[in-house]
Amino acid sequence: MSKASTRVLDTARTGRGMVWVIAVMLFLTVLATAAGIGTARATQAVGVQLGGRATVQIAAADPATREAAAGEVASLLAGIPGVGGVRVVPRAEIAKLLGPWLGGDADDVDLPIPVLVDLTLSDAGTAGRVRGALAGVPGARLDLHSQALAPVRAFLGTMSMLATLLVAMMLGATAFVVVLAARAGLEAHRGTIEVMHMLGATDVQVARLFQRRLSLDAAMGSAVGGVIGLVTVALLGAQAGMLGSELLGTVTLGTGGWAALVVLPFAFVALAAAVARRTVVRSLGQMR
Amino acid sequence: MQFENVGLRYGQGEEVLSDLSFSLTSGEFYFVTGASGAGKTSLLKMLYLAQRPTRGAIHLFGTDVVTLPRARIPGFRRRIGVVFQDFRLVPHLSAADNIALPLRIAGVLEDEVRDAVSEMLAWVGLTNRADARPPTLSGGEQQRVAIARAVIGRPEILVADEPTGNVDEAMADRLLQLFASLNGLGTTLVIATHDLQLIARVRSAQMMRIDGGRLLDPTGMLRHPPGRQA
Repeated sequence: MSKASTRVLDTARTGRGMVWVIAVMLFLTVLATAAGIGTARATQAVGVQLGGRATVQIAAADPATREAAAGEVASLLAGIPGVGGVRVVPRAEIAKLLGPWLGGDADDVDLPIPVLVDLTLSDAGTAGRVRGALAGVPGARLDLHSQALAPVRAFLGTMSMLATLLVAMMLGATAFVVVLAARAGLEAHRGTIEVMHMLGATDVQVARLFQRRLSLDAAMGSAVGGVIGLVTVALLGAQAGMLGSELLGTVTLGTGGWAALVVLPFAFVALAAAVARRTVVRSLGQMR
Repeated sequence: MQFENVGLRYGQGEEVLSDLSFSLTSGEFYFVTGASGAGKTSLLKMLYLAQRPTRGAIHLFGTDVVTLPRARIPGFRRRIGVVFQDFRLVPHLSAADNIALPLRIAGVLEDEVRDAVSEMLAWVGLTNRADARPPTLSGGEQQRVAIARAVIGRPEILVADEPTGNVDEAMADRLLQLFASLNGLGTTLVIATHDLQLIARVRSAQMMRIDGGRLLDPTGMLRHPPGRQA
């Protein structure tokens, strides 16, 4: 039907309540999607950054023995295939790390602080070879950073899955809202629909009117919810960046993430249009 | 249009129409008359495909419309104009938009729609009420809008339920002339009415009388009684 036919549905009868519901839904979906993408990227970044890193800790009461063992271990590790970036961590650096707990005493030469040797491992098999090599070094222990951060990665992974679940639930709830709005619209316009049918309108023509109307509502709601959602995510990102946290620094959206957020409003409109059309066609099919 | 042993009941009730067998010839003018509650409106509903019979067969334009799939019904309805007893105008649309509705549904270009609507408004004497909405129109004006909407698509069959019930005698005459001219263009007319004077004014019309849900022989007022069978 022509553009003039859009007037057939009386907007005063059903109002524009769906606009605000869609706006809220989309706002929450944008936040959940941003959280999901951010945590997923953080999980990946933590894995990449720390996955191959390890530290050998050598604990010995005698400082001279520790220092000698450190040099020996460094030479030993450097000769193992797959091991790289072997570096004995300077005592000053260790003292700086312990400073928050030990204060000025962290740099006390009499304090029996273990010696640390940082290294990178090319694969999981290399870790086994390193462990084997260290078996003969008294007081030496290999700490894989990936193991230490496994709970953090698991937490980020759970958050990411939760965010994905939330997005799926939001989409489901939005579809349900559209179904309810379409059914309410059909009921409110039952008389007009009967007249249209009597004049030869097909179910698809009637459905198209509702689809156009509900899509317009969804577009208005998506515009409002989308803009507020994107601005909120941008502000949160800026705030997180100012914290200077290394872990929070890995929670970024990237170009793809931002693109996904921008696509969301359009996806909502497409979802509303498809659900409205299907609901109306099915409901009309059940009419006499 | 051909009815063969058609019966109609609503729900589990008794048949409101029984054993209807008749045929309507294309291009003829028919009146359906009978007392209130006799079944005229039910008969018309079956004629304009708003109601399927509970038994029997109805052939329209050479097709069995009783078993017609739902998806094919709109195509047949576009060939039938209907004037409902309660007008059934869309209340939030102007008179002009109500009249335009069948053409817009049929996908006619907007320029052609505008021209046709102007012509129809002039025809039923409502040019100055084109933008008025039905609730602001009198009963007679609403009836004329309903008639204009029914005929604007030049239907092959026009079914009208008491089309002159709310207009004065002068307007009834004018509408009758409108119907007659449509009939002259080849449209088959089926008009339900109580108004025997109206029936008498169309000398060439044929009459069907419904009584107790059955089609009786014509009253004899008219010259061409409808055939019992095709």
